[in-house]
Amino acid sequence: MTTQLTATGRRPGATTPPAPRPARRGGPRGHRPWTPWLYLLPALAVLGGLLVYPVYQLGLISFLEYTQAQVSGGEPTSFKGFGNYTALFADPQFRQVLLATVLFAAACVVTTLAVGCALAVLLTRVRALPRFVLMMAALGAWATPAVTGSTVWVFLFDPDFGPVNKLLGLGDFSWTYGRYSAFALVLLEVVWCSFPFVMVTVYAGIKAIPSEVLEAAALDGASQWRIWRSVMAPVLRPILVVVTIQSIIWDFKVFTQIYVMTNGGGIAGQNLVLNVYAYQKAFASSQYSLGSAIGVVMLLILLAVTLVYLRLLRRQGEEL
Amino acid sequence: MTSLRIRRPGRLAAEAVTLLVAAAVAFPLYWMVLSAFKPAGEIQSTEPRPWTLSPSLDSFRRVFEQQEFGRYFLNSLIVAGTVVLASALIAFLAATAVTRFRFRFRTTLLIMFLVAQMVPVEALTIPLFFLMRDAGQLNTLGSLILPHIAFSLPFAIWMLRGFVKAVPEALEEQAQIDGASRTRFLWQILFPLVFPGLVATSVFSFISTWNDFLFAKSFIISDTSQSTLPMALLVFFKPDENDWGGIMAGSTVMTVPVLVFFVLVQRRLVSGLGGAVKD
Repeated sequence: MTTQLTATGRRPGATTPPAPRPARRGGPRGHRPWTPWLYLLPALAVLGGLLVYPVYQLGLISFLEYTQAQVSGGEPTSFKGFGNYTALFADPQFRQVLLATVLFAAACVVTTLAVGCALAVLLTRVRALPRFVLMMAALGAWATPAVTGSTVWVFLFDPDFGPVNKLLGLGDFSWTYGRYSAFALVLLEVVWCSFPFVMVTVYAGIKAIPSEVLEAAALDGASQWRIWRSVMAPVLRPILVVVTIQSIIWDFKVFTQIYVMTNGGGIAGQNLVLNVYAYQKAFASSQYSLGSAIGVVMLLILLAVTLVYLRLLRRQGEEL
Repeated sequence: MTSLRIRRPGRLAAEAVTLLVAAAVAFPLYWMVLSAFKPAGEIQSTEPRPWTLSPSLDSFRRVFEQQEFGRYFLNSLIVAGTVVLASALIAFLAATAVTRFRFRFRTTLLIMFLVAQMVPVEALTIPLFFLMRDAGQLNTLGSLILPHIAFSLPFAIWMLRGFVKAVPEALEEQAQIDGASRTRFLWQILFPLVFPGLVATSVFSFISTWNDFLFAKSFIISDTSQSTLPMALLVFFKPDENDWGGIMAGSTVMTVPVLVFFVLVQRRLVSGLGGAVKD
C-alpha cells in the first residue's frame, strides 16, 4: 500500500533537519570501496531476479506469439514484432476497457481526495475525543485487506440480505447487475479503504501550518472553503502532489476489488479494468502475449505518471 | 470570549458530523463481525437487524472444519512472516549502504528504488508465472514468498533510509575508538537503534503480503494445501447461493490479525511516517 509517503519532500513551515555531514568516499571509516556493494548485494540480487528480469520478460513475451501451444511446446515460439500491439489497439473491447480504466481511476482519485481532504479539515476543528474516534475508524478501514473489504461491501449491498437496500428502500435492486451501479459499488469500497491514507497525511500537513495563520484568516472573516483554497492548499501543495500521484497509481491498478466484487469483471466483462483484463487474457484464455502487451501498456502509463512525479519533486526541491 | 461563544455551536456540529462519519466508516467492519456471529437463520433473513440476541460460533466452526481454514491461516502466516523478516534484514543492509557510504551510482540506485515502487506488480504475474514454473516453484509457498520480498524491498529501503540517517555518525566513530568491528557496530549498535523503523516498515510488507490475492490465485493452481487465506475465502462464494455466514467469519479471521498489528504499531507507524515525511 503506502509507498511514496517517504518522498513527500519537506513541508514548508516545518523546520528542515540539519544537513547530514557529507560522508567520506568509501564510507565513514575509509573502508574498502566494495563494502557498500557487499551490503547491497542481497537487495540487488533479489530485485534483479524477481523484478528487473520479469519486466524484461514481460516486454519480450509481448513481442512473441505465445499461447497454450507454445507453452506446452507443441509449436515453436515465433517473433511477432508489434503484432500483438496492433491487434490490441484494433480490438474495440481493449479500447473500451482502457477508457473505463482511466475514467474509473479518475473518479476514484477525485472522490478519495475530496473525502480525505474534507475530513482532514474537519479533524482540525474538533476536540481530541471525536478526532480519536474517527482516526480509529479510519485506521480500521485502512487495515482491512482488500479481499475482505470487498466481500463485506458486496454483502452490505446484497439485494436479498444486505442492510443497505433495506435502509434505502431499494427492494431487491442488484448493484452488480448494471454496469454503472457495479462500478459505483466498487468505487465506494475503494474510497472507503483509501481515504484514510489521504486524511491522515493531509491532517499531519495541516498541523504543521502555524495556527496563527489560520486564526488570522478566520478573524478576517474568511469562509472555510476560502481558508482551504487560499491558505491551506498552497502550503500543502507538496503533500497533495504525493497523495494525488499515489492515489492515481493505486486506483489505476485496482484488481482485487473488481475481481471479487464483480466476479471477475462483471456480466459479459462490463466491469473489466486493464489489470483484470490482462489477467483474464493470460490465465483464462491462455493468450499470454496479449496479456503481456496489456501489462506493458499499463507499465508505460504508470512510468509516465512516475516521471511527472519525479519532475514535480525536483521542482519542489528547487523551491525550498 | 465572544468569539468562543460564537464558535461553540459550530464546533459541536462539526463534532456530531465527525462521529457520524466515524460510525459510517466503522459500520462495514461492525457488520462483518456481527454477521460472523449471527446464527444462520438471521443471516438469511430478508429483515437484517443491526444486532443479534443469540450469537453463535456456527459459522466459525464451519469455516475451520470444512475448509481447513487453520491450515490456510498458517500458510498465510508463514508467507507473511518470512517476507517481513527477510525484507527487513535485506532492506536494513541496503539502507545502511546508501546512507552511510558515498559511492558511484548511489543516486542512480536511489532513483531506481523509487521507480521500482511504481512497477505494477500485477503486470508481472505473467513472467513470474513462467519463472516459477521453470524453477519448479509453482504450488509452493516459496512462489509467494520470493516475489513479495522483491516487491516490498524498494519501499522498505526508501523508508529505512531516514531511520539509519538519524543515527549520529559520531556514534560510529566512538564505536571504532572502543575497538568494535564494523560488523559488530552494524548488528549490535545500529540494528537496535533502527529497530523502531524496521517495525514501521514491516507493517507495509506484512499487509501487502497478507492481502495478496493475485499471486496466490495464479501460482497456487492445483495444490490447495498450499493455499493462503484470500483464496480459501472465495471458496464460500458459490454460484447458486453464497454462504454469507462462512464468508463473514472467514473475513473476520483474516482481518483481525492485520487490525491487531496495526493497533500495536500505530504509534511507531505514525512517528515512522513522520520521520520519513520530514526526510
